[in-house]
Amino acid sequence: MADAPRDKAYEAFRYIGRRRRAVEHRRFVVGQGRYAADIQPPGLLHVAIVASPHASARIVSVDASAALAMPGVHAVVTGDQLTPELEPMLPGVDAPKVERYPLANGVVRYAGEWVVAVVAETRALAEDASELVEIEYEAAPHIMDPERAMEAGAPLVHPAHGSNVIFRRVFEWGPVAKDFGAADHQLSYRVRWGRSSTVPIETFVVTCDWNDATSLLDVWASIQMPKYPELLARCLRLPGNAVRVHFDVDVGGSYGVKRGLKHSILVGYLSRMLGRPVRFLEDRLENMRGGDMQGPDRIFDVTLAFDADGTVRSMRMRAVDDIGAYSGRSPLQLGKPVGAIVGPYRIASVEYDAISVMTNKTPQEAVRGFGQAPTNYAIETGMNRVARFLSLDPIELRRRNLIGKDEFPYLIPSGTTYDSGDYQAVLDKALNAAAYPDLLRERDALRARGLLAGIGVSTCLEPSGGNSAFEPLFNPKNPTTTWMDSCLVRIDLNGAVTASMGTSTSGQAHETLVSTVVGEVLHREPDSIRVIHADSLGALPSNSPVGSRMAIMLGGAAAGAARLLRDKMIRIAAHAMQVPPDAILWDGGDAVLREDPSRGMRWGALVEIAHRKYHEMPEGMEPGLQEKFVWEVPTGGKMPTADGRVQMYPCHSFESHVVLASIDPETGKVALHRYAVGHDCGVMISPDVVHGMTYGGIAHGLGAALMERFAFSEDGQFLSGSFADYLIPSAHEVPSISIADHCTPSPLTSFGQKGSGEAGYLGGPAAIAGAVNDALAARGASIDALPMTPPAIWRALAAASTASTPAHRELAPAFEGEKC
Amino acid sequence: MKAAPFDYIRPVTVAHALELLAQHGPEAKLIAGGQSLVPMMAMRLARPAVLVDVNRLDSLRGIAAGPGTVTTGATTRQRDLEESAVLRGAVPLVGAALRWVGHVQTRNRGTVGGSFVHADPSAELPLAALILDARIHLSSQDGGARVVPASGFFIAAMYTATGETECVTGIDWPVWEGPGVACAFEETSIRHGDFAMASAACQIQLAPDGTCRRAALGLGGMASAPLAFPDLAEALVGRRIDAAAAREVAEAAVSRSEPGTDLQADAAYRRHLAAVLLTRVLLRAGAAPVTALAA
Amino acid sequence: MSSTFPAPALATVEITVNGRAYRRAVEPRTSLVDFLRETLGLTGTHVGCEHGVCGACSVLLDGDPVRSCLIFAVQADGLSVTTVEGLAPERGKLSALQDAFCESHAMQCGYCTPGMLIACQDLLAHNPQPDEAAIRDAIGGNLCRCTGYQQIVDAVKLAAGAPAHG
Repeated sequence: MADAPRDKAYEAFRYIGRRRRAVEHRRFVVGQGRYAADIQPPGLLHVAIVASPHASARIVSVDASAALAMPGVHAVVTGDQLTPELEPMLPGVDAPKVERYPLANGVVRYAGEWVVAVVAETRALAEDASELVEIEYEAAPHIMDPERAMEAGAPLVHPAHGSNVIFRRVFEWGPVAKDFGAADHQLSYRVRWGRSSTVPIETFVVTCDWNDATSLLDVWASIQMPKYPELLARCLRLPGNAVRVHFDVDVGGSYGVKRGLKHSILVGYLSRMLGRPVRFLEDRLENMRGGDMQGPDRIFDVTLAFDADGTVRSMRMRAVDDIGAYSGRSPLQLGKPVGAIVGPYRIASVEYDAISVMTNKTPQEAVRGFGQAPTNYAIETGMNRVARFLSLDPIELRRRNLIGKDEFPYLIPSGTTYDSGDYQAVLDKALNAAAYPDLLRERDALRARGLLAGIGVSTCLEPSGGNSAFEPLFNPKNPTTTWMDSCLVRIDLNGAVTASMGTSTSGQAHETLVSTVVGEVLHREPDSIRVIHADSLGALPSNSPVGSRMAIMLGGAAAGAARLLRDKMIRIAAHAMQVPPDAILWDGGDAVLREDPSRGMRWGALVEIAHRKYHEMPEGMEPGLQEKFVWEVPTGGKMPTADGRVQMYPCHSFESHVVLASIDPETGKVALHRYAVGHDCGVMISPDVVHGMTYGGIAHGLGAALMERFAFSEDGQFLSGSFADYLIPSAHEVPSISIADHCTPSPLTSFGQKGSGEAGYLGGPAAIAGAVNDALAARGASIDALPMTPPAIWRALAAASTASTPAHRELAPAFEGEKC
Repeated sequence: MKAAPFDYIRPVTVAHALELLAQHGPEAKLIAGGQSLVPMMAMRLARPAVLVDVNRLDSLRGIAAGPGTVTTGATTRQRDLEESAVLRGAVPLVGAALRWVGHVQTRNRGTVGGSFVHADPSAELPLAALILDARIHLSSQDGGARVVPASGFFIAAMYTATGETECVTGIDWPVWEGPGVACAFEETSIRHGDFAMASAACQIQLAPDGTCRRAALGLGGMASAPLAFPDLAEALVGRRIDAAAAREVAEAAVSRSEPGTDLQADAAYRRHLAAVLLTRVLLRAGAAPVTALAA
Repeated sequence: MSSTFPAPALATVEITVNGRAYRRAVEPRTSLVDFLRETLGLTGTHVGCEHGVCGACSVLLDGDPVRSCLIFAVQADGLSVTTVEGLAPERGKLSALQDAFCESHAMQCGYCTPGMLIACQDLLAHNPQPDEAAIRDAIGGNLCRCTGYQQIVDAVKLAAGAPAHG
């Protein structure tokens, strides 16, 4: 367990940074969480999906008569029926011909695409009926490889769009050619980030209940998505105030992907059509195949220009991201990394060629880090290669390039200013936590036992405080700069405090966050403060917990509202005591005189005045105690420049991972022996929560690096539909992890906090891949694609041995089952 | 992911169960622990019209030591095998194999008979049974009881010598008498507890001079069914199991395998892996006393 | 495959859940977890994969941890089930293990937590002083996507009276 923070930054706080049991846990451990699947209105009907078995095909006919004739079946709906009733979902970039609706229209573009929805009394019955739906297809050419998809003559996933490239922009920030010309060396490499995702243990579920009398659609969904209520209403052609999303459901994990807009549109439509509550609860196969939640799938071609002393001057990066068959937010996952495109390094100029390509695969969705983890992996691979090229210690190479702690605020070439940091100190803490000299000895001992062993180090950024600056950057027709969050805090007549937030929580302990912050400002015991999730009609605007933003944005909003309340109570006290407000000190929830703290007014008396004694209030003051605070992302509100420079996110957390890995040279299996991470996300409001997310992010990163893969066959079949095929790490694979905290407060936030929701994941895969390659280097082998499974590592070893000893007949070609 | 509809019958005697099988033929399926069958039913890859639950038939459950064998009833839980000192002592390979079987929640329900009839090519207990040449007891209403050696039992995944009206009632595990018996089981999967990409097992009896007196060895996950190699085992008798001998046997065994390619591993890797694992288990079992290996 | 579906006969089951006896008529194909959640409304037990890999649906069946998605309710007829709702010693109190899970922040979204508690409860019943390897083995069949397992391991150590990670 990581120690409670001892940094000086915490001395100013009563509750922030102190260990405190999370409010949410109490209900979870007794089975009283309230998840979307737990909500079962009377008369609930259930949906099952008939999915496309083809990667690309024309739908010739659909015969649903046998299914409809089954007792207990209420509806069988096709795209022909559904689509005319809807507005399309937005493609995220300027590609209006890439249309997307919940059900396929005339053609299917990936195996697993929803073709028909069946509604019945029970889910089992709906599955029975779905087997009776007869669909005739005419197979069409498909394309699975993103690079081939970019070639002329490739089958087009959306012919109306005219190309499989849905977005491409080449950015040049700074004097790239000049810096390349001046550098001593250049080094080019290719790395591939495999298609994986966060894959929460809860699948996506949505229940909708349309009420004719009130013309209101009630929605309970396991959702984590900005602007979900508005988008849902828009696609259903309903006014925004006809959709009420209940955010008081516990979401069983998300980490970015719980964005079932298409599910919700479908179910909302069905509920309206049938006048009954309707639920769609993805089963695991539906979730993996047609749930549209797979993550980035990228090929990076990178060239670094650097000097003999290790100074990296410039970088050219081309990133091809395979977003699958439809677009949502996915192309923008190439946009967020613009705000940390040089990582934590003093790289002076960058050329970035960002390409989003469509193929006949399951669509991509936002995944933890929104594209930053793959980019970090690509950059860190380069740092390791430069170190090897120069025969420099990779740690030393990083030290020579890390931005210094005195250089903040630091402007990177792509226009983002990093707020604060002390990267060397965090790296030192990570090395210290790993007991680095012991680690070297342990590595050598492993090598002496005949294993391949290596140490991986990464130094990576976590941009935080999620903003939407990539939207106008990637789509000039979308000039948006607003990305706010809000909180309402009220004190009732009895003096109890309730805070209201406007989004759902998927494990981030927001009730704990808000009550800690409000308690901090009001000097009230946090456990006495209730936090509720307002429904979307009662809520103030929120952009949901994306982009590591809630500690900053919800925490900041809660602090802002609580400060307004505190100020109001101080003004009430000042009025009552006939002193100016600045003569009053807020002390333990009471208003006392600065000069004489023994004199003052108690909390209860101030509440009494505000709620019941208008005659004792300052003139013109609003009665009661309730304040809202809505705030824009710090540094937000600016459009990108014409040459594509923008302040992406406001805050920049930093993490340094150190890991010792061994490889069984005969089986290719990797074991992680010791894992340490230095982490700086400024002031931690809830240290246990931050540590928990960091551990979890590392485990997720381990999965992406070594195990997890959504695979497709060459004929376009999806191969990873079950948990027996898509391998999530278990407690056997995830090692014990040491976290060393560091605190560089952000100057931009209410308490100096930064974000941490993506911690661990942003630097973990890079470090693990580094350790594997350090181990393989002894055999002259390397591997540059994730996941690094035992067969992949064995092939890398075999390739290296073939290179030195010819004619090794055992050598196999690349895995034949799938090439994508 | 809901099973197709079926009728459920829980017979009170084995005779009743056999009668139901005779009555319903291929429409009926036996269930005991259900750890392999139920996922297939949930995905509708299996859809019996009648499910005959033999889980509570006491006569099918239990572990009994007899002369030269230990008999385990078909519905004996994997966890019961794991906890049986009698079985682990007499047939150490079963204990070594069980270390790799699933997780505690599945071993609590999963039965030895279920594992046999499901016959996944990389399942551990079938491999152990095959190389020891365990004997499988089958019964049916019309055909009565018969015994099939493991060498004639496993054909392919979900496909064994069990007739469609037959029920596996028990397994006789041969006991190797005398000193110097050692065994080893090893497999590689990407995630612990999953079906292996390949597995290897052996049981060896060493003479006092360290040469091999008796051997049995085999591979899992390398064909449509587990593989045993009695002739290669026989060829080890009288030899000292050193690295060269182990490697030679392993390569010979692998050369006779026909592994497939799937999502986790391709055939070439499987061949390589199986040779590595079989070499390792032969060396481990051939070099150490049983007490060090059965754990 | 196309087929017809005759209306299935219902089967009556009697199952004791957390000490209370329930008698219900169910389709034979109803899994135990669907029986608990949908028929009885005991939604504390969660569904993750429905094919026996993730462990989210773990319950104690006659005292042993099992996956309730891999058992049909009819198979549990006459048996006794303990779910997460039955782990607390009394209303308003927490078991030592539940308390330790709260104290160690052994969960985030809470979705795998009921299954984790069941697995760990069984571990401590058989092995009151488990070492880290035993704990990781006991929860090795329960997938968690939030915690990386570390704070769960800490919680079990805490419940067992052992010091957590240093």
